[in-house]
Amino acid sequence: MAEQALSFFLLREPNIRMVVAGVLLLSLISALVGCFTFLRKRSLMGDAIAHSVLPGICVAFMLSNERNPLLLLLGALLSGLLAVGLMEYLSRRRLTRPDTALSLLLSSFFGLGILLLTYIQHQGDAAQAGLEKYLFGKAAGITSADVELLGISAILVVAAILLLRRGFTLLAFDEDYARAAGWPVALLQLSLSVLTVWAVSIGIQAVGVVLMAALLITPALAARFWTHSIARMLLLAALFGMISGYSGAFISYLAPGMPTGPWVVVTATLLAGFSMLFAPRRGVLARWQTHRNNRNTMLQENILKLFYQLGEKSGEERHTVLEEDLLNQRAFAPQALRRGLRKLEQQGLLLHRLHTYQLSDEGLREARRVVRLHRLWELYLQRYLHLAPDHVHDDAEAMEHVITPEIEEQLEQLLQNPERDPHNTAIPPKA
Amino acid sequence: MSQAAPALEAHNITVIYHKKPVLWNIDFTLPQGEMIGIMGPNGAGKSTLIKALLGLVPLNSGYARLLGAELKQVRQRVSYIPQRQTIDWDFPATVEEVVMMGRFPHLGLFRRIGKEDRRLVKEALEQVSMSEFAQRQISQLSGGQQQRVFLARALAQQADLYLLDEPFVGVDASTEQSIIQLLRNMREAGKTIVVVHHDLHTAPEYFNYLVLVNASLIACGPTKDVFTDELLRSTYSGKLTVLSQVGDQMRSRSFPVREK
Repeated sequence: MAEQALSFFLLREPNIRMVVAGVLLLSLISALVGCFTFLRKRSLMGDAIAHSVLPGICVAFMLSNERNPLLLLLGALLSGLLAVGLMEYLSRRRLTRPDTALSLLLSSFFGLGILLLTYIQHQGDAAQAGLEKYLFGKAAGITSADVELLGISAILVVAAILLLRRGFTLLAFDEDYARAAGWPVALLQLSLSVLTVWAVSIGIQAVGVVLMAALLITPALAARFWTHSIARMLLLAALFGMISGYSGAFISYLAPGMPTGPWVVVTATLLAGFSMLFAPRRGVLARWQTHRNNRNTMLQENILKLFYQLGEKSGEERHTVLEEDLLNQRAFAPQALRRGLRKLEQQGLLLHRLHTYQLSDEGLREARRVVRLHRLWELYLQRYLHLAPDHVHDDAEAMEHVITPEIEEQLEQLLQNPERDPHNTAIPPKA
Repeated sequence: MSQAAPALEAHNITVIYHKKPVLWNIDFTLPQGEMIGIMGPNGAGKSTLIKALLGLVPLNSGYARLLGAELKQVRQRVSYIPQRQTIDWDFPATVEEVVMMGRFPHLGLFRRIGKEDRRLVKEALEQVSMSEFAQRQISQLSGGQQQRVFLARALAQQADLYLLDEPFVGVDASTEQSIIQLLRNMREAGKTIVVVHHDLHTAPEYFNYLVLVNASLIACGPTKDVFTDELLRSTYSGKLTVLSQVGDQMRSRSFPVREK
């Protein structure tokens, strides 16, 4: 096993070199093209195209009676483009809705493909061996003739994308603007379709018809989580695609019974899942972190506000307070309250002696600021949104935590530096 | 192209969507150097009208001329600002990249971005006070900022005729004011501004020329002549029921809209 893995990594056998080169090339092509399909929100198109190239492959084989990669590619291209054309026609003439057209063509072309494939296999021709790899994908079946074709394809596709990048980007972002600028939008759409069909036609050798969409879309999806730049997204998607393709080939090399496609998809999905969880800003964890920080800020500001209010009541601003006093005043979850108190103490905003708490000087300043914002906001709601004084509190409660110094300044100007809030309590002066 | 040529001419434009007439026999001429509002109720075909003028929807009859020429010859001099809501603002692009798209009509698909293009983009961002946001992701912008970015994109194009589709929808009052000020400055520099607008209150203040549409052309002329109770009533209240009934008939019986 280890020996085998090593010989894969070191590319010892020419056969391995062939397979690795082939898989890397075709996942590169799919990932690059897939970025634009993804950005145009046509993710399902890849799936439909993948299914619809099958009859073309079969017909090309039947006509030539040999497994010539170039001829098969040609057949796949024609059949895929025919399906795309029909889809366009059906939805443009409003004969069916776009989603219906998509699923109709996907299933009918695939059905026809399976029929033809079964027919070919029953002919018992020796040359047909290997055609079934188009169904589930078999990286090990990649031959040197395939790799030549893949290499040329990769060069052409990468060149086309570099050349037409500006066009494809504007097409995805603002099609009308591209049209108004006088760009050949129909031609750009056609080029993108041709590239997609092409990528699919060569990609299905490795992952098969059913899973081809993953090779197209999943790397783009994963890449999108990490960046806001199209250039970087293309690079990342290419990288993710090649990692998944390579792993798929590796696993199916170690366990020859294993089809490549599913492993490529599993790896790609893992990468996408990882990105979804851990990417900065857009990832689940980052969002959760933001959410938690916000909750903490709210909790701490609410506690400070309470200290200030208790101080107001007692007539002594830095009034000493017991934990129970706070709980009596406001329905905090005791655990959350304790956590908040601890945090405030760490920040030096609270002084803690045995069971009592007291605002520090800095804490008092911060508490004044929060209370001030709350009361200013209440006044604003009452004056400008005409809310009744007994309704403004809850709204102000949520908003006070997000008011920036700039908004505070605007509020002051608008309300002309008020001294009392709608409940007729004093608004603390600005620090 | 002489300065005297009209900014826009619509000649008998009819547009039919899914066999239903949206615009019916629209015919008007707009002068250059004016601030022009296209007004009408919801569903009157205002947006379709400017799309038709720009060749973005197929015409069932008629033709348009822009700046005294055919669209093809003057595309670089005509700038289109689509409705902000039609765009996916979660697209991976920076403010600067979007504004650079304003140079695309000049650059075409392949020409490289040059120094002059960068200068114009920078200038356009300054004009809409968005310079500090140049590297910001467009997904992080507010509605008003998005509209400014679109305006900057149009400014970077350095066109002579600007067509804006509902630029004031969903922007705050201060952005609306700064946009209108900017449009006024552009007009003073000799540009023609055409705005699809629906707020009747601000219309006479913003525009000195108006086009009133409700499927067909109701009126077209200087605001002082056109912004009258009578014309506004026939634009906004008089539903063109007979026309829409005929439209429904044609649709249900698959009649062609024009005899060959």
